[in-house]
Amino acid sequence: MLNKVYDWIDERLDITPLWRDIADHEVPEHVNPAHHFSAFVYCFGGLTFFVVVIQILSGMFLTMYYVPDIERAWESVYYLQNQVAFGQIVRGMHHWGASIVIVMMFLHTLRVFFQGAYKKPRELNWIVGVLIFFVMLGLGLTGYLLPWDMKALFATKVTLDIVQSTPLIGDVLKTLIAGDEYITGAQTLTRFFAIHVFFLPAVLLGLIGAHFLMIRKQGISGPL
Amino acid sequence: MSDKQRVTRRQFLTYTLMGVGGFMAAGTVMPMLRFAVDPALQAKAGGDLIATGLKESEITNEPQRVDFKFDQQDGWYESQVTQSAWVYKDNNGDIIALSPICKHLGCTVNWNGNEEFPNQFYCPCHFGRYEKDGTNVKGTPPRGPLDRYDYEIKDGVLYLSMRAKPRGGA
Repeated sequence: MLNKVYDWIDERLDITPLWRDIADHEVPEHVNPAHHFSAFVYCFGGLTFFVVVIQILSGMFLTMYYVPDIERAWESVYYLQNQVAFGQIVRGMHHWGASIVIVMMFLHTLRVFFQGAYKKPRELNWIVGVLIFFVMLGLGLTGYLLPWDMKALFATKVTLDIVQSTPLIGDVLKTLIAGDEYITGAQTLTRFFAIHVFFLPAVLLGLIGAHFLMIRKQGISGPL
Repeated sequence: MSDKQRVTRRQFLTYTLMGVGGFMAAGTVMPMLRFAVDPALQAKAGGDLIATGLKESEITNEPQRVDFKFDQQDGWYESQVTQSAWVYKDNNGDIIALSPICKHLGCTVNWNGNEEFPNQFYCPCHFGRYEKDGTNVKGTPPRGPLDRYDYEIKDGVLYLSMRAKPRGGA
């Protein structure tokens, strides 16, 4: 049945070359844990991506209940965690995933670093990777405020203090991020929400796309 | 006329398309950018001084905590907030109003908060300490002296600014 559907579409649109181009390529022996168990170090990049997918999905579902408003944010989080079926699980996925994604990314970075896989011709991909790292830190930082509890508020105040200590443009930078010169409040929360849910994920998807495209174009670096 | 470089039809089309495209892109992006940076460009709210309810005659050489309330406008959100200050008169008789916000990580400091360090401001979070005039004690976490409020005496009552200002230095 599925085959027939596929054939029907393929006959009209010729989609086979499209996915073959992306997916149909052999994994070299030195990267395959079935051949050399130590090749498991090559999994961390893929695991990072896997967790990112979980983050995006769980985040999408969290916004069905969450409100970025200082009077209701905490209560909406409390409600979705304690009253909604599987709320604890879904928020737990997003909460723990946020830490795990950093760990996986770090292990992936170590592998690339110690294998020297960043060397010519793959320097650009290293740079894109570092940009992804910064975007991830930004996502962690902005997401931390959203539950609007005491820990989130004061962690963000410290963050904004650090931003403000930037030479020359510190004050303007802080106002741009917080939405007010002094207050960490309603405008800060909506800004962080927008950055966390729309701006940074968009940047992240673009960078990840570039990361994968370059891997596909250049192939995986050779064995040590 | 033949000496001059003539603009070819292709060049003309490239220039006009780039011009129109650039204009359209700018017209789309500019409003959004201005929208995003608005908080940084808004006129600074006038620094009104707030009456504290503390009479000048009640201010002693010993720092005392003064709470004062005012209406705060945070975008669309109005609320009444309470600010605190440690107020005293120094040896010259000048009034000093210090912010209780620790310059390390923003906890609240207390005068004589720790028996071991009399006549100092003490922060319970990471043991930051300040002298009476707000100068941070070397070797404790704070990165600078406590902020100071602007003040004014009107009809014998102490008025303080909404926000404390950094004193700089140290």
